[in-house]
Amino acid sequence: MTAPGPTGADEAGTGDRVTDVTPRPAAGGRASSAPLLGRDTEPTLFELSQPGRRAWQLRTTGIPETSLEDLVPETHRRAAPPELAEVSERDLVGHFTRLSHRQFSVDLGAYPLGSCTMKYNPKVCDAVAALPGLADVHPAAPASCTQGWLQVLVELENQLCEITGMAAATLQPAAGAAGELTGLLLMRAWHDAHGQERHKVVIPDSAHGTNPASVTLGGYQVVTVPSDARGCVDLAALRAVLDDDVAGIMLTNPNTLGLFEEDIVAIAGAVHEVGGLLYYDGANLNAIVGVVRPGDMGFDIVHLNLHKTFATPHGGGGPGAGPVAVSERLVPYLPGPRPVLLRDGAGPRYGWATTPESIGRVHSWHGNALVLARALTYLLVHGGDGLRTVAQLAVLNANWLRTRLAGTFDVPYDRPCMHECVLSASTLKKKTGVRALDVAKRLLEEGFHSPTVYFPLIVDEALMLEPTETESLQTLEAMADAFERIAADAVRPGGAEEAAGAPHATPVRRVDEARAARTLVPTFDARR
Amino acid sequence: MAGYSPHTEAEVTTMLGFLGLSSLEDLFDVIPEALRLAGGLDLPDGMTEPDAVAYMGDLAGMNRPAGRDLVCFAGGGAYDHEVPPVTRALASRSEFVTSYTPYQPEVAQGVLQAVFEFQTLIARLTGMEVANASLYDGAAATVEAVNLGVAASGRNVVWVSRGLNPTWRQVLATFGAGTGHRLVDVPLEDGVTRWNAVDASGDDRPGVVVVAYPNYLGCLEDLATARRVCDETGAMLVVAFDPIAAGVLQSPARWGADVVVGEGQALGMPLSFGGPYLGLFACGLAQVRRLPGRLVGETVDAEGRRAYVSTLRAREQDIRREKATSNVCTNQTLMAVTAAIQMGWLGTSGIAEVALRSARATHYCRTKLLGVPGVEPLVAAPVLREFAVRLPLPAPTVIERLIDEGFLAGIALDSGYTSGADDGLLVAVTERRTRVEIDAFVDAVSKAVR
Repeated sequence: MTAPGPTGADEAGTGDRVTDVTPRPAAGGRASSAPLLGRDTEPTLFELSQPGRRAWQLRTTGIPETSLEDLVPETHRRAAPPELAEVSERDLVGHFTRLSHRQFSVDLGAYPLGSCTMKYNPKVCDAVAALPGLADVHPAAPASCTQGWLQVLVELENQLCEITGMAAATLQPAAGAAGELTGLLLMRAWHDAHGQERHKVVIPDSAHGTNPASVTLGGYQVVTVPSDARGCVDLAALRAVLDDDVAGIMLTNPNTLGLFEEDIVAIAGAVHEVGGLLYYDGANLNAIVGVVRPGDMGFDIVHLNLHKTFATPHGGGGPGAGPVAVSERLVPYLPGPRPVLLRDGAGPRYGWATTPESIGRVHSWHGNALVLARALTYLLVHGGDGLRTVAQLAVLNANWLRTRLAGTFDVPYDRPCMHECVLSASTLKKKTGVRALDVAKRLLEEGFHSPTVYFPLIVDEALMLEPTETESLQTLEAMADAFERIAADAVRPGGAEEAAGAPHATPVRRVDEARAARTLVPTFDARR
Repeated sequence: MAGYSPHTEAEVTTMLGFLGLSSLEDLFDVIPEALRLAGGLDLPDGMTEPDAVAYMGDLAGMNRPAGRDLVCFAGGGAYDHEVPPVTRALASRSEFVTSYTPYQPEVAQGVLQAVFEFQTLIARLTGMEVANASLYDGAAATVEAVNLGVAASGRNVVWVSRGLNPTWRQVLATFGAGTGHRLVDVPLEDGVTRWNAVDASGDDRPGVVVVAYPNYLGCLEDLATARRVCDETGAMLVVAFDPIAAGVLQSPARWGADVVVGEGQALGMPLSFGGPYLGLFACGLAQVRRLPGRLVGETVDAEGRRAYVSTLRAREQDIRREKATSNVCTNQTLMAVTAAIQMGWLGTSGIAEVALRSARATHYCRTKLLGVPGVEPLVAAPVLREFAVRLPLPAPTVIERLIDEGFLAGIALDSGYTSGADDGLLVAVTERRTRVEIDAFVDAVSKAVR
């Protein structure tokens, strides 16, 4: 309880809280969470703006300089250009670089955000996505100009089908939730084609929020089944809700508690028995890739989050990619047009195809293509064995953390986990008043990103940790030390107040979320 | 250990020992043995990075990207506008690229402020009061706008102008199968929507009206009439705008739009074979509680300093679940940040200049092309950055011939726009096209149709 922390917290005026030890080195993981330079807020682009200043430069074209009046009828012309901002290129670079210094990222430090699979994003994938032969291709160019792209898409589809144990896939959905809705529409198309009007889709109470929201948009009603004492779907409760009005079930396996649904074969049998389909939410595929396949468990429809398992960078909230793979009987309904191999052999030829039964397009073009190219690159570098190693080490890291922290936090479901573990700050809160949220904020000033908190909803004061396979043992140790320090600090006199005031050493202190919603300021102009 | 995991074999052994296990396979004991893959995945062996780059480079080499060797006159929602080095450099900063959704605002002020600035810029460009933090693409934004409009009007009849991008209309139809909206196509006449062509009485009274400005054929729609139709029927007016054209056109808000959507690719994203692009969504404050997706708001931190945070979260799927306004979670944040950077680079004068120069180039090209014997205008309505012509030959044939000459001539129009013929060509001309390129293009078309 002596040396100051590495963040210069005291100079930053953070009061009398003392960081107790010089932290362990954590090669991959620990970051100073203070901004690189200073703690001032950054002005907006609009405050930096100076009338008459500009950055843009355009091609010299030699085209006659006709006036706007001669080009656009008066009724359609604006009186004055839209007021954006007026800055120089140097202003622009300074501004966005300073903003980047106020942003935590995987490249900066460990990001154990449960259910989000924030693993390291290999740079080679970015380099491939930047190739002009991929990045500068117009999406409406004829197939004669896009044979390489079509092959990229077909090869990715084939690999994803092998990984999931499915027959074919669409690469159009732009994110996981888009994949879910696509999958539900496939479910609907299947039942329609078989003259069945069904109204209900079953989801467990531990499901991601996108599942029920997608069910509604798919035109179905949500039926929730509870989890049992072991954290898995309660098979008896499931059987009780299954009937011929159930279109299907959406499951994440391992589930959001990080636990493998051991009864999956029985679940699949029960759902299939009433004519329902099984939907696999691929958010947690990182746990089992190369180890077990959704198709072999009995699933009919699978979405994958390429921005999770296959390491495409998450971009601060997107772009993602949410391909949907299906079993043989659902292939005709897939969105079209689909990239296909028309002619194999010495001169392979690729093109597009749409089946008459297709549910139709789910994207303006062909999906988030550059994300898809990154994912294929990741798959090429790993191969089948490499993917299996990914799952093994992700599960190893999660179990190591769970075991190490079992004495510090509650472990609501105390058995081996998969790629993530869910702990609880319930006892800590009862003893000290320090909540899961406070633990999360304290971890930020320890130089790590927070875990997911208050999810899944069925765990009180939930802390959901997913270290991923790309963090080292040293980083895990440093992270565990930080958690233990946080718990120990909480029981010290004044510890709870201090935790409630965390974080101290971040670009801003705790942010007033209630005020943001109460007094809505959604644009700079709304402040005036 | 291979790949990007740092574990040494000794460390794996230590960690397994800590767990009381003897092999990595033991970690999966909870999975029924019969389900586990016995022989592993049937995938090729992993490659080294340089080998993978070479492999992907070979595939990339089989494409014909837009550039010197294939001068781009194609649009249809994907445009070859200038993307300067400064936008590429800033948008590829790894702090923006490798972060997650800003769930912890104290360490996400960079992305949050950039998105707040993006929202402000889109609000200014559209004239609307509020813009969200992005959706997947123009089609997805339109789907969400229709859902909002149906909820706000309480009626599920949706009039969709055939001037809306046909692929977006297809996406609307796909998702309409789930929501049960009744989509009614409103035809075009001489390039603009003929609103009196469909029945507005009784059960057919629309709850939502969707129109594009400029539309798919490049034409400037009469939005005053569209607004009047909405006033007469009580429908919500959804305008699909073009963020570059907005540099010189009246804002959708001035025309009375209730919701504005758009494709933001032209704001700094390369053509990218169609993605990742950027769905734009703006509306009035009256509708903000129905807004789909994320919204960033300004607030203060514990010390009273300005700060930003995702707000009105009670609309969203992780909180409202089946009652959420939308299922969207991951959106296109990096593209929104890119667009904010690009709009900063363009600034007030640049956005107007790009629109003006694109319009000049478009009109120059259109006039020249219509001078080619056999090439006729499809419609006479005023255009901005894109126009449609009829060719004396099938458009796909002409497009293939032009590729050999080094031009991507445009997009073959769906036969619905040409009374069943296949001779319609949609041509887009941006500020990047030079007089020399356009003249050579027109010469090549002239030879191709001879």
